[in-house]
Amino acid sequence: MGLLALFRRTPSSATVAKERLRIIVAQERSARGGGPDYLPLLRRELLEVIRKYVNVDPDAIQVNVEREEGQEVLELSVTLPERKAAVAPTTP
Amino acid sequence: MTEIIVVTSGKGGVGKTTTSASLACGLARRGKKVAVIDFDIGLRNLDLIMGCERRVVYDFVNVINGDCTLKQALIKDKRFETLFVLAASQTRDKDALTPEGVKRVLDELAAEQFDYIICDSPAGIEKGAHLAMYFADRAVVVVNPEVSSVRDSDRILGLLASKTARAEAGNGGVKEHLLLTRYSPRRVATGEMMSVSDVKEILGLDVVGVVPESQDVLTASNAGTPVILNETSDASQAYDDAVSRLLGETKPLRFIEEPKKGFFARVFGG
Repeated sequence: MGLLALFRRTPSSATVAKERLRIIVAQERSARGGGPDYLPLLRRELLEVIRKYVNVDPDAIQVNVEREEGQEVLELSVTLPERKAAVAPTTP
Repeated sequence: MTEIIVVTSGKGGVGKTTTSASLACGLARRGKKVAVIDFDIGLRNLDLIMGCERRVVYDFVNVINGDCTLKQALIKDKRFETLFVLAASQTRDKDALTPEGVKRVLDELAAEQFDYIICDSPAGIEKGAHLAMYFADRAVVVVNPEVSSVRDSDRILGLLASKTARAEAGNGGVKEHLLLTRYSPRRVATGEMMSVSDVKEILGLDVVGVVPESQDVLTASNAGTPVILNETSDASQAYDDAVSRLLGETKPLRFIEEPKKGFFARVFGG
């Protein structure tokens, strides 16, 4: 430490550890709590299909599985962009 | 009303047994009637940390199998009238512990008016760890500020939220507390170690205690005297604070910052 520390730019190892843990813990939590393990892939493929027609944000798609009294409901929610912001379908 | 507290972590070697022994002594020192149970079947160790290894006649599995009564197996602590140890069996039979057997022992302790039952969980997420947490009302999750310990403890949090009697009954689940051990304020200050707030933020738990890295922990286990009883030690005071918080008192965290350096030390390092 001391004067030299003032010029150090690389993040501390504790910061790196925290960042790595934040990502892996979030990932593992969603894997165990968030329903079947095909959900992330399903979400990605749905996003690709929808993007052929509407230019939506990656965050605009929510896929959830809810359990209600013995049955599972797959809930899909897509937030479309505002009308004027909607662009013509992107050509692949 | 008996409260069952599991001391768990996922990862091994982070201080579960040290913590179980110290919390049990701290509660007993406040006059509570406490039983501390070693769930690490096959690898008995709590007896050594508590200093009663030569007085183990019967163990947890003996009670479950009906080889003896619970009274015969409970080892009365020599320091506290109201503290009892139930040792783990050294059998290699993995199925020696059964949910029904564990429940029967816990119910019997409740009938004997114990205030607290501390369940010292084995490492891992196998049967012993599962049974140690299954009947718990509260959990003390022991974590070192280090990546593998934090990740493993998050696995344990997942199990506490799904594979316990309270979770299955849907009545609020197990109350979870974070207890950091082997904390080094100096290394946190230099950015080499995650801080209390870092770990707290990742796991999303309330902190019940932060025990600084201390040479007194090894000395304590060498002697079979739980470190909380070495009152001059920082670790002892940190554990005693944790006991107070478990009992609902509000205490500021201590030993989480290194003493401030003077001007010259800051400029010139050291």
